[in-house]
Amino acid sequence: MKIYGVALLAACFLLGKLLGHLLGHLININSDVGGVGFAMFLLMVSSIYLRKKKWLVPETEKGIWFWSSMYIPIIVAMASTLNVRAALSGGLLAVCAGIGATMACMALVPLLSKIGRQKNVDSRKKAVHGNH
Amino acid sequence: MGIIENIVEKNGLVFAFLFVGIVMLFSFWVSKHITLNKVPGVAIAIIIGLSLAFFGGEKGISNVPLFAGVAMLGGSMLRDFSVVATAMSADLSKIKQAGLAGLVSLVLGVTISFVVGVLIALSMGYTNVESLATIGAGACTYIVGPVTGSALGASSEVIAISVATGVVKTIFTTVGTPLIAKKIKLDNPHSAIVFGGLVGTTSGVVAGLAATDEKLVPYGALTATFYTGLGCLLCPSVFYLLLRFLGA
Repeated sequence: MKIYGVALLAACFLLGKLLGHLLGHLININSDVGGVGFAMFLLMVSSIYLRKKKWLVPETEKGIWFWSSMYIPIIVAMASTLNVRAALSGGLLAVCAGIGATMACMALVPLLSKIGRQKNVDSRKKAVHGNH
Repeated sequence: MGIIENIVEKNGLVFAFLFVGIVMLFSFWVSKHITLNKVPGVAIAIIIGLSLAFFGGEKGISNVPLFAGVAMLGGSMLRDFSVVATAMSADLSKIKQAGLAGLVSLVLGVTISFVVGVLIALSMGYTNVESLATIGAGACTYIVGPVTGSALGASSEVIAISVATGVVKTIFTTVGTPLIAKKIKLDNPHSAIVFGGLVGTTSGVVAGLAATDEKLVPYGALTATFYTGLGCLLCPSVFYLLLRFLGA
């Protein structure tokens, strides 16, 4: 039944949020630190485990896939509820600082993507070599 | 008319499904027939959403009573729920490989955003350390800004600027990511993990990646979700103290 998948997703979501809040509590900030990230890990690990056990049948998975395919419409809804007017009326400082910080970070993507990547290429070469 | 308004207002979330469905349908039609698939439908839909938000108020279009349900559909609960569900299509081995890169990009992302925010505020005449730290924090995300500002006792005007800075970042990321993706080689899970860590605004990262390549969304979301927490941890403490030390 699809609801089993939705329930599994809900369990991972809530447990992840709990972990996020516990981590937040631990480092003394009253908010969620990485709750969604923890929940994603839990879902990945539990779905791999349940699939091995043959408990995660395609019908169950459909319940999760439905919500996975809903995020784009949800993002569109979110975009239409942002405070766009405040962002534009926050003045030159807000616009410059917001865009400046984003551009600086985006520019670093190619550089930081190299971390852990070079090895990957090497190891793949080796693996191909080994197979021969 | 009264009856229709009544039905819509009582069934806000259901009306939001219809509303977003129509926006998506229209956007994909425009993408296919007018831009000849050059601009992705998702990007058009997001831009329509943002433009509609402009006509609303503090909560965008949902300030109009008829569209109140859109706030529920686009709220953080359903957003996080659906983003977690995208993890089903993520590859654990790719995440393991990018673990270190993700961690480095998170720390660097928060630091660089803060520094750039502080420098720009400084160049525009702000000298008060608490104000500088608050605007720097706002350059991380629109949550880190007010959290830092209220912790340091910054003025409400400065806190408002920091929120606006964070929202500008979100919107710029949403619109700019598909445009800049090729130039920064954002076309694989590895760089999406780095991108999420560097830019950090979860809503911007997820929306920007969705408009670029849907397959990259779970990877970017994974790191971005730690960013705001890290910012809330570093900005009002270590970064503020460093700034005060440098200023004195």
